[in-house]
Amino acid sequence: MKKLWKNKTTRKSFVTYAFVVLAYVILQSIAAGGGMKSSLKGMLVPICAYVVMAISLNLVVGISGELSLGHAGFMSVGAFTGVTAAIALQNAIPNAPLRLVVAMVVGAVFAGIVGFLIGIPVLRLKGDYLAIVTLAFGEIIKSIFNNLYVGMDGKGLHISLLEDKTHLMEDGRLIIAGPMGIGGIQKIATFTAGFILILVCLFVIFNLVNSRSGRAIMAIRDNRIAAESVGISVTKYKMMAFVISAAMAGAAGTLFALNYSTVVANKFDFNTSILVLVFVVFGGLGNMLGSIIAAAVLTVLPEALRGFATYRMLIYAIVLVLVMLATNSPRLKALLARLVPGRKEEGTDG
Amino acid sequence: MAKEFVKGKMVPVPSTSIIPERDLDKTPILECRHLGIDFGGLRAVDDFNLILGRTEIAGLIGPNGAGKTTVFNLLTKVYHPTRGTILLDGMDTAGKTTPQINRMGIARTFQNIRLFNNLSVEDNVKIGLHNQEPYSAATGIFRLPKYWRQEKASHERALELLSIFDMQDMADTPAGSLPYGAQRRLEIVRALATNPSLLLLDEPAAGMNPSETGELMENIVKIRDTFQIAVLLIEHDMRLVMGICEGICVLNFGRIIAKGTSDEIQANPTVIEAYLGRKKEA
Repeated sequence: MKKLWKNKTTRKSFVTYAFVVLAYVILQSIAAGGGMKSSLKGMLVPICAYVVMAISLNLVVGISGELSLGHAGFMSVGAFTGVTAAIALQNAIPNAPLRLVVAMVVGAVFAGIVGFLIGIPVLRLKGDYLAIVTLAFGEIIKSIFNNLYVGMDGKGLHISLLEDKTHLMEDGRLIIAGPMGIGGIQKIATFTAGFILILVCLFVIFNLVNSRSGRAIMAIRDNRIAAESVGISVTKYKMMAFVISAAMAGAAGTLFALNYSTVVANKFDFNTSILVLVFVVFGGLGNMLGSIIAAAVLTVLPEALRGFATYRMLIYAIVLVLVMLATNSPRLKALLARLVPGRKEEGTDG
Repeated sequence: MAKEFVKGKMVPVPSTSIIPERDLDKTPILECRHLGIDFGGLRAVDDFNLILGRTEIAGLIGPNGAGKTTVFNLLTKVYHPTRGTILLDGMDTAGKTTPQINRMGIARTFQNIRLFNNLSVEDNVKIGLHNQEPYSAATGIFRLPKYWRQEKASHERALELLSIFDMQDMADTPAGSLPYGAQRRLEIVRALATNPSLLLLDEPAAGMNPSETGELMENIVKIRDTFQIAVLLIEHDMRLVMGICEGICVLNFGRIIAKGTSDEIQANPTVIEAYLGRKKEA
């Protein structure tokens, strides 16, 4: 145990786990005690979803070193497939938490598959080109779900594109109604489920990073040519990071969608992708704890700034800029280094 | 405490090798036949023929722009040759990728150091051990018993390899913050970690002072002796090349102009001309 503690990365991951557990316990007890505003209470699940989005994108951007601007696309895939599964299984699995888990797994699997298919052409590209293609991918997913009709009746699932040609029987139900999205969702997502999802994702990411595969992924990020020269298959490991990240985003999408009564494709647009990227950059590339804090704070901030009414988003932007400037100032970094021993060497992770 | 080193004492090489007189029955590790590559209209390397014995230390020298690094890039399939074949341990390497070539047994270092700068020294070596201590990604994520076993093995192996250059103490330092000479040595250790049968060193002594170079010479020989591998190196430091290379191959304008032992090369008028130019006729 002592030896484990000496390891910097292990120590860092324990701190992150501890932080998440502590935050959960505090928030849960405040909520149980009734001391939480209902607006904040309603944001607990979205915060969890965004935290998972941020740490999963951090796996691609920070650990794997590829700029992806279409992360909301995977969230969208997860949201629609996961919610469809939840509705379709409503009678088969009456137990809500179990249905939620199954729905998230379905969302993750579909998003992972889409991630794999997208990854085949996309991961051949580098830098800006990859960013542009992933951006386009996010938009494509959005238009597909805006034009997708899925219905279910006694005969099973019916799928059609562009217009509603599902021809459902009497007892049938149209699940995805094109631009109207999915309505009448049972809100089965809970804060506890979100908390567990965060822990699972952290567990996967930390253990991956500290394994042979994670080292290969980081080697490719640091120096692609050298990584190839020591026998690492670049495509395989880039794909691994991309697919795992997509699957996590899918699960986050399911969680997010099952917290609302309706979900529409336009919710997962370019702005959402950029928002998640802001969380990642804000929290520090490769820094999971930073991503978690950034995602939580920046999700709550617009709500907290409601008092400023019209100038809300302006203040939000100014806060963003100021924090960016502050965290990048060498003087503040030096101060932090003095206050927190061991902080200086950790700075190299960024 | 310089180790006594008798040049070519334990080196069996076939008769077609750079040094023909040491004729033993082992097959060559590397055989290039009529190797060539064009970049547009430029013949960067042309008709490159080379045979390397299993435990030979050979040097590849030549003036700037002669195509030495291009030869390395051809051998490791960073570039795919326009003409000719490369046989590694008797097997054709046509159509192979760089990672496959490494798994077949060629490891290299780079002229401009390419380390994984954000990772620790130990992790750099462990990345070199990537295909030596394999386990699946799922084993890693769920930390199955195999993970702990293989990680322990690669940790021990990494420290053992680092001890060649007395670098065990730096294991936790980020590779990017090492001094220049140590970075060069780490690159060699990383290459060795892939368990090669042929080690390509691209200017290993660049930027080193004379005492560091002397140490490096001993170490290259030590590596060859311990690992029983062939070493092909590009170097401008003639003290190193003439000191440890059993065979030397001189390249100019993409063509081999001379092959032989250090004495033969130093006496060769074509080589002198390539480096210093022709004597003006009086």
